[in-house]
Amino acid sequence: MKEFKYVITDAQGIHARPAGLLVKEAAKFASTIKVAKGEKEADLKRLLAVMGLGIKQGEEITIKIEGADEDNAAEAIETFFKENL
Amino acid sequence: MEVLNGKSVFGGIAIGKISIYRKGDEQVKRYKIEDTAAELARFEAAKETAKEQLGKLYEKALAEVGEVNAMIFEVHQMMLDDLDYVEAIQNIIETQQLNAEYAVATTGDSFSEMFAAMDDDYMKARSADVKDISNRVISVLQGKNDAGLTSDEPVIVVADDLAPSETVQMDKSKVLAFVTRHGSTNSHTAILARTMNIPALIGCNYDDDMDGKNAIVDGYNGLFYVEPEHNIEEEFLKKKQADIDKKRMLQELKGKDNITLDGKKINLYANIGGVNDVGAVLQNDAGGIGLFRSEFLYLGADTFPTEEEQFNAYKQVAERMAGKKVIIRTLDIGADKQVDYFNLDKEDNPAMGYRAIRICLAQPEIFKTQLRAIIRASYYGTLSIMYPMIISVDEVRQIKEIVKEVKKELDEQGIPYGEVEQGIMIETPAAVMISDLLAKEVDFFSIGTNDLTQYTLAIDRQNPKLDNIYDSHHEAVLRMIKMVIENGHKENCWVGICGELASDTSLTKQFIQMGLDELSVSPTFILKVRETIRSIDTTK
Repeated sequence: MKEFKYVITDAQGIHARPAGLLVKEAAKFASTIKVAKGEKEADLKRLLAVMGLGIKQGEEITIKIEGADEDNAAEAIETFFKENL
Repeated sequence: MEVLNGKSVFGGIAIGKISIYRKGDEQVKRYKIEDTAAELARFEAAKETAKEQLGKLYEKALAEVGEVNAMIFEVHQMMLDDLDYVEAIQNIIETQQLNAEYAVATTGDSFSEMFAAMDDDYMKARSADVKDISNRVISVLQGKNDAGLTSDEPVIVVADDLAPSETVQMDKSKVLAFVTRHGSTNSHTAILARTMNIPALIGCNYDDDMDGKNAIVDGYNGLFYVEPEHNIEEEFLKKKQADIDKKRMLQELKGKDNITLDGKKINLYANIGGVNDVGAVLQNDAGGIGLFRSEFLYLGADTFPTEEEQFNAYKQVAERMAGKKVIIRTLDIGADKQVDYFNLDKEDNPAMGYRAIRICLAQPEIFKTQLRAIIRASYYGTLSIMYPMIISVDEVRQIKEIVKEVKKELDEQGIPYGEVEQGIMIETPAAVMISDLLAKEVDFFSIGTNDLTQYTLAIDRQNPKLDNIYDSHHEAVLRMIKMVIENGHKENCWVGICGELASDTSLTKQFIQMGLDELSVSPTFILKVRETIRSIDTTK
């Protein structure tokens, strides 16, 4: 399993547009990808659940990835966060 | 006539007939089904059709309002494919053996409630998105076409609330304005209205019997006039024309140089009275701020504003102007502008009384606080300081001594500051007559024509009996301006005008012929003056 933390820098947080792009990115991989904010966790491939976490600027999230392509997935998802959020 | 209040989400004026937008019948029946597999397939097909419709809307929005605003329809497509959403619907159909319409409506409601309960205004507004996609699927299931506008002439669209898909589907050439009962400033309707440049009001409690009536939407003041009286309509027609002229000027003149036909350039800056005016300065494309009146900091307070309060205001303006010149005029309060905590005496002749720089030099502690705040803020942009009501070289030297002290203190405390140009207002005949001497002391002159005219002609502008002899184009004043420009230029001191004459376009040509370097006018006059500058030939 791969795990990394990230602090959101985008002023608007994970709003609809980047959430959509993020889910699209996650869907490219077979691995299970979870995003957690505090106690709450959501499947990164499910748009409404990700939006439902209401992740804002300055908040720390944890991404957990498990599956055959977890290495590639972790790299791609982390790059996505750094470039877009 | 009836006048309703609303909250404006985009300014502008619209005049026309009301068309109340009615959505398709939203009643969804709940009934048991036998063949769950067939019902699941029916849902699947409806979902695909809905996604195709959204794809078309995306293309339409892309062309009309740009990618950032169009993206919402792509997000809508993804929401329709969201597994939580789809599984919840499938689950209702399969386990409860209920019809697809009902399953979609129930699921849509529960996700919409989830968003509505979130503590973030942006996410709250997303509950409308989930409702919107669910209604779309339900319409497809019910075999309905998109509801819409049926009118042939452009109308003011009035609705309970408008979903993004509804606003985009409308034929824009038929929409004059949006007025809704619900909705938020974060809603897509609000965002789209802003992008499409049409006035929009939300939170407006209209009556259904207003359909077809004449109305005016005043997006500047958040007012909705139903069946307006004739004189009100006339007034708004004029305002609307002014808007159209302004838009035309913006299109033609924004980003253009202030240059005459024969190639003479001049700086065109704006006069402002507070931090809130910076928006208008930028919108009207001013090259800088030629007069930032600092009185607002003092007039709106019960005690002297602290250095920190002033610093924050100046810094904010410096930063928002992003390197463009900002000229701050130090305190210009006098016995005519009474502020209790200054404890000024009542005077018989306040225009010639204890005011402006005279107060500052007599009570240097007030002055130093302001200077420190300005000089500190100069680190965050390009700030200049301008002193009002100067009559002698000695005053300027005293001021410069105080500025030196302030800078020395800042140096000792290790507080950074930028280059600060210093200039004076030329608004007394005395300053005009010794402008050759004053020019050696400062970097620039800014002529305050209102006071200069009043002092030169010995006419109190507050006295209406004298209006007939008050001549703002008096030869004496024009000669003074010419003299100041010539004396300034001999000492490399640039010269501008920040009084009312600066926006008097009948004099623009003469000013440029005199060699004036800058005009500073109210933000709303910037483009009008630019238009004049670009139309004149100073050699003729």
